[in-house]
Amino acid sequence: MSLRQSLKSGKFVITAEIGPPKGVDVNDLLNNAELLRGRVDAVNVTDQQSSIMRLGSLASCALLKERGLEPIVQMTCRDRNRIALQSDLLSAQALGMENILCLTGDYVTLGDHPQAKPVFDLDSVSLLQAARQLEQGHDLAGKELKGSPHFFLGASVTPGAEPIEPQLIKMEKKVKAGAQFFQTQAIFEPRKFEQFMQQAENFNVPVLVGIIVLKSANMARFMNKNIGGVYVPETTIEELDKAQDKTKKGIEIAVRLISEMKSMCQGIHIMAIGLEAKVPALIDAAGL
Amino acid sequence: MIISELKPWSEILSYLKDEGKIFLVGCKGCAEACHTGGEAEVLEMKRRLEQEGKIITGFSIIDLLCDKALVKMRLTPHQIEVKAADSLLIMSCGIGVQAVSALINKVTHPACNTINMGGTQGEWRGDERCQQCGDCILDLTGGICPLSVCPKGLLNGPCGGSKNGRCEVEPEVRECGWHLIYERLKKLGRLDKMKAIPPLKDYSKMQPPKQLRNTTLWSLER
Repeated sequence: MSLRQSLKSGKFVITAEIGPPKGVDVNDLLNNAELLRGRVDAVNVTDQQSSIMRLGSLASCALLKERGLEPIVQMTCRDRNRIALQSDLLSAQALGMENILCLTGDYVTLGDHPQAKPVFDLDSVSLLQAARQLEQGHDLAGKELKGSPHFFLGASVTPGAEPIEPQLIKMEKKVKAGAQFFQTQAIFEPRKFEQFMQQAENFNVPVLVGIIVLKSANMARFMNKNIGGVYVPETTIEELDKAQDKTKKGIEIAVRLISEMKSMCQGIHIMAIGLEAKVPALIDAAGL
Repeated sequence: MIISELKPWSEILSYLKDEGKIFLVGCKGCAEACHTGGEAEVLEMKRRLEQEGKIITGFSIIDLLCDKALVKMRLTPHQIEVKAADSLLIMSCGIGVQAVSALINKVTHPACNTINMGGTQGEWRGDERCQQCGDCILDLTGGICPLSVCPKGLLNGPCGGSKNGRCEVEPEVRECGWHLIYERLKKLGRLDKMKAIPPLKDYSKMQPPKQLRNTTLWSLER
């Protein structure tokens, strides 16, 4: 079933992200994807996450599609101008893919090629607009297309941001620009997510809450210091600190978050970041 | 020297659509030389806006608008007129618009586009920056230029990298530009402006226009 159909059917949707290799050995990528077969509704492949040069999302997703999985292509505006982005949107469709997650992208100096020229010709909102315009048979220059694509467009939002209002304003713009579903940045505070959803519900677009599986207290502290809009409460960090088996505790925390937040939204988006092999066990433990 | 040109009349009127009382600000520096913000142009703007039914609460032509200390000094005698206005229309380069916006707790509108001179500056002494993009959007952003304050030059709001009002790029020294814009618009009661999606930026306007390269000014500034 396509992601579009899954979300339309009203079922609780599960997506999970995997990261492509730095190089052309795709064994781990494909093995991780196999673990998710039949367990999730769609698989995201990141677009050079944290500005670290890797195999592309588009090629990786094409490999998943070939194997009968439902991929979500992540597309950032960091490295490509409007010519390249529109071309990649057409390429995705030509390879049989319709799910595109439209993102701005991290800044280049955060990654492993800090010398690179940053692009950001479009942003997440105008990338959505570009995809919509292609669907209507024209490119951003107004030129007519020979055969127009048909996408299922996603976007992201950070429900833990302080203040939340700028995020909600941008979310509304993304919906206006064409976003049909949202996968959120990770959130570890169910009450805060509930408050966010009370506002976000008004946009009438499905929201999949972002779940990161914590590996250690240090990972949580690193995210608190460095990742925008992500905050792991001190009590959760203490819990991890005290635990003997950190992985087991990380999964336990994720399961708890899922059970507390699942009634508030339309699905979950799991970012395992290295713990991909544990995702099926997490889904089992969450009773999904 | 910074080159500016008046925005199309329809665009200026669209900014002032819901506002009846306007205070005009001109600049005796580059804008006077460009005939976009000197005394003659400010008086002409006054006449045209009055013809459109607007009330001009007052005007001031400042030497120079890019110097915030001067802007503050010269606007002080006009306090009552500024206070009576719904908004201020600034007839200068982007730096002038930003300098006035930083000092006056009122909605400001740019009357001009700033034309690219390949990086030359005016008499500027403040911390405002203008990228000379040729299509000023300061009207939508509370008089804070997103192309200058956001490393990504985003036009539609903050990215996910904004944390506690700081930017993901060098958070110890950079504020999130869109956080600043949000705070300013909120203070002005104009968050509706942040909800508007601006047209796609035409980056070809960020190159100095061909005809400018043939001028004496270009040779002098080179």
